[in-house]
Amino acid sequence: MADLRSDFIGIRSPNPFWLASAPPTDKEYNVRRAFRAGWGGVVWKTLGAEGPPVVNVNGPRYGVIHGPDRRVLGLNNIELITDRPLEVNLREIKSVKRDYPDRALVISLMVPCDEESWKAILAAVEDTGADGVELNFGCPHGMSERGMGSAVGQVPEYIEMVTRWVKQHSRMPCIVKLTPNVTDVRKPAEAARRGGADAVSLINTINSITSVDLDLFAPQPTIDGKGAHGGYCGPAVKPIALNMVAEIARSPETRGLPISGIGGITTWRDAAEFMALGAGNVQVCTAAMTYGFKVVQEMISGLRDYLDTREMALTELIGRAVPNVTDWNQLNLNYVTKAVIDQDACIKCGRCYAACEDTSHQAIAMRPGRVFEVIEAECVACNLCVDVCPVEDCITMRELEPGETDPRTGQQRGAYANWTTHPNNPMARAAE
Amino acid sequence: MSQARLSPGVRPGRLTPDQLARNFADVAPPLDAHEARVAADRCYFCHDAPCVTACPTSIDIPLFIRQIATGTPDAAAMTILHANILGGMCARVCPTETLCEGACVRMEAEGKPVEIGALQRFATDGLMAQPGHPFRRAAPTGRRVAVVGAGPAGLACAHRLAAKGHEVAIFEARPKPGGLNEYGIASYKAVDGFAQAEVEWLIGIGGITLRHGQRLGQQVTLDGLRADFDAVFLGMGLGGVNALRAEGEDRDNVLDAVAFIRDLRQADDLANLPVGRDVVVIGGGMTAVDAAVQARLLGAETVTIVYRRDRSRMGASRHEQDHATASGVRIICNAAPVAVHGNGSLAEVEFCHTEDGPDGLAMTGPHFRLRADQLFRAIGQRLDCAPEGLALEGGKIAVTGAGRTSLNGVWAGGDCALGGDDLTVTAVAEGRDAAEDIHAALTGGP
Repeated sequence: MADLRSDFIGIRSPNPFWLASAPPTDKEYNVRRAFRAGWGGVVWKTLGAEGPPVVNVNGPRYGVIHGPDRRVLGLNNIELITDRPLEVNLREIKSVKRDYPDRALVISLMVPCDEESWKAILAAVEDTGADGVELNFGCPHGMSERGMGSAVGQVPEYIEMVTRWVKQHSRMPCIVKLTPNVTDVRKPAEAARRGGADAVSLINTINSITSVDLDLFAPQPTIDGKGAHGGYCGPAVKPIALNMVAEIARSPETRGLPISGIGGITTWRDAAEFMALGAGNVQVCTAAMTYGFKVVQEMISGLRDYLDTREMALTELIGRAVPNVTDWNQLNLNYVTKAVIDQDACIKCGRCYAACEDTSHQAIAMRPGRVFEVIEAECVACNLCVDVCPVEDCITMRELEPGETDPRTGQQRGAYANWTTHPNNPMARAAE
Repeated sequence: MSQARLSPGVRPGRLTPDQLARNFADVAPPLDAHEARVAADRCYFCHDAPCVTACPTSIDIPLFIRQIATGTPDAAAMTILHANILGGMCARVCPTETLCEGACVRMEAEGKPVEIGALQRFATDGLMAQPGHPFRRAAPTGRRVAVVGAGPAGLACAHRLAAKGHEVAIFEARPKPGGLNEYGIASYKAVDGFAQAEVEWLIGIGGITLRHGQRLGQQVTLDGLRADFDAVFLGMGLGGVNALRAEGEDRDNVLDAVAFIRDLRQADDLANLPVGRDVVVIGGGMTAVDAAVQARLLGAETVTIVYRRDRSRMGASRHEQDHATASGVRIICNAAPVAVHGNGSLAEVEFCHTEDGPDGLAMTGPHFRLRADQLFRAIGQRLDCAPEGLALEGGKIAVTGAGRTSLNGVWAGGDCALGGDDLTVTAVAEGRDAAEDIHAALTGGP
């Protein structure tokens, strides 16, 4: 049976599944329940500086995007960092860590952007026996208006500066949590590395308005007739997060920097995908908020099953897909595929036809008896029919054999060639 | 009470009022809003959807389901009612398992169709519960059309004509409108007086006058209507019932299933309605099932449907057959009645086993008898008293195109006219299409 034990920047946990800093990790009661359910680690919800804690709104904190059957596809929140006194949190952290020495317990932090504030809180956290700290440079609402959270995370120089203070005043491993609300996520990651961060975690939530109340004409969640943007998370953000993780994993400036992957992880498969793109472990929030802590058990058994089937160690999975993430101009333009419809699996809904006929290349014919057939001479292999077909594996893509003629172009399938050498590219280099 | 339940003969009060109320409650209770959203989510919004093709009125089913899914059930209802003004009743009585739901691609995918009928009811019930009538009439044309029969065909025709601005007079023989919707379907399919409520709602468009007690050939004649109106639509259904042609058919308690079903629907108190202890229904269609199931629900101890051909040839759908057997009705196939025995009243029915061969039905098998104190004939209906001068074909009024009869200015649709299945939804389609043709003829259109 595959060994799921994880060592992330020296922080050990029985599995790579951590709960992200968020409402589920705000207090001892929840965290103990999480550990009992099997979570490998927890990033305690962000602590602020000593003194009167922040306050939250007393109306709705979350907005939602539903898929069919009210499946939660995305959540938006306007909750702030912990609204409980610092000393209460510290006491609880110490108590939990004492009882769960084998689990990872990392403390998320966000204090004003001055060295003294950071120095003060680090000493207090170190005293709890926690395994490390995560710097919340990501939170996009409320705290950012006060010069913290993503207000820091959007300025690489601030990231570097604060990270340096943290490494200077603490021996604890330091993870820098990145905001996706930037144009190029590699820049803040590079800054974190320069500041001495042991790892980055990403993504934090994305600025969002989930919906508009069409009676009140106000964004949702609506607080007394008004709404503010919140942070978006859940399955809907996974593609954005995967790309950002991959960007950092494959960039020459940040390659090798450990990554804790976050963003819509709901199943073992999502987790495995993040890890294949370079995440050393993963953090989960929305799935737990939707289904409860027990979801981790499916993640554990699923990942174990996958690794067992592939006879692969967890460490072999991490980063395994990174070499295959490339730029568009490196893609093989002589790779040719054609859609194939399995007539036995087809339920004759015609969605492939509607999609192709109305919005693509008119490459599917509708024959009498609702028989749908690919017209290879028109098919550009866009994959839209595969994507809209309700039956898994009913439509697949067949790769043309080398030398086989593409009926659309009349060209034989040739050897690898990309855009950099293509005759239509004015910047093309002569093939060597 | 068990004494009353099991006593022989045809007698009322076999069950308690509570049992009767339970037995005749809505057979398919309506979806609530949550159930409707879940059901609507399953629709794939197919291209050129097979369910639409399968619907005789061509309701745009994927569109109305999407309208439900996006929280606009009233818009969904309008999509339905534009195509089928009796969409509320059709949602209840259509054999969806052989029409839209039978064609649903989800059948191919996992054997469970989208619940189109239930969704249609959800949408139409919601809109029809609101005050007023959602369709507006065009400017008056000054033209007047006579419609014979206030059944599904006549009502659909009348509504479409009224919407076009014509004045419509409906001549109905019976005391209530609705036709088979009111008199001819099982009570548990349209509870709470839905048929009457639907007619009231339908004529809310205005321009439609209902005249009761007006039977064609008696109080009114086709010639008279042709003289008084600019056009005539005949939708009087099938008034006659086919005979068994079995010896002794004239004994007491040998009845027409349609009459039994009518009496059930019109009964003020089901406890007063007599039913046999041992009931036999002869026939294989929906009428046979409706009569048989309701006989059971009234408290008959044994109910047997006997059909002369193979089960696959039964007019009742598999779903209807299963409903019958689940209600405790026994179905015997490949047997035809040869004699009705008894001393004055019915006591036994004698059958002969049959074989359905290439040369037709052969009554070659052994005979057997079923104990019966009530026998219902459900072997089809026929047109009676067709007005003279109308060409008939196959015992029905011959029509071409959208219900044009052999007489100029006379259209026909529904069960009395040739073509299509004898279903409510088919009648609606024929009435609607005839109305469009009448409108075109009256206004000099194409």
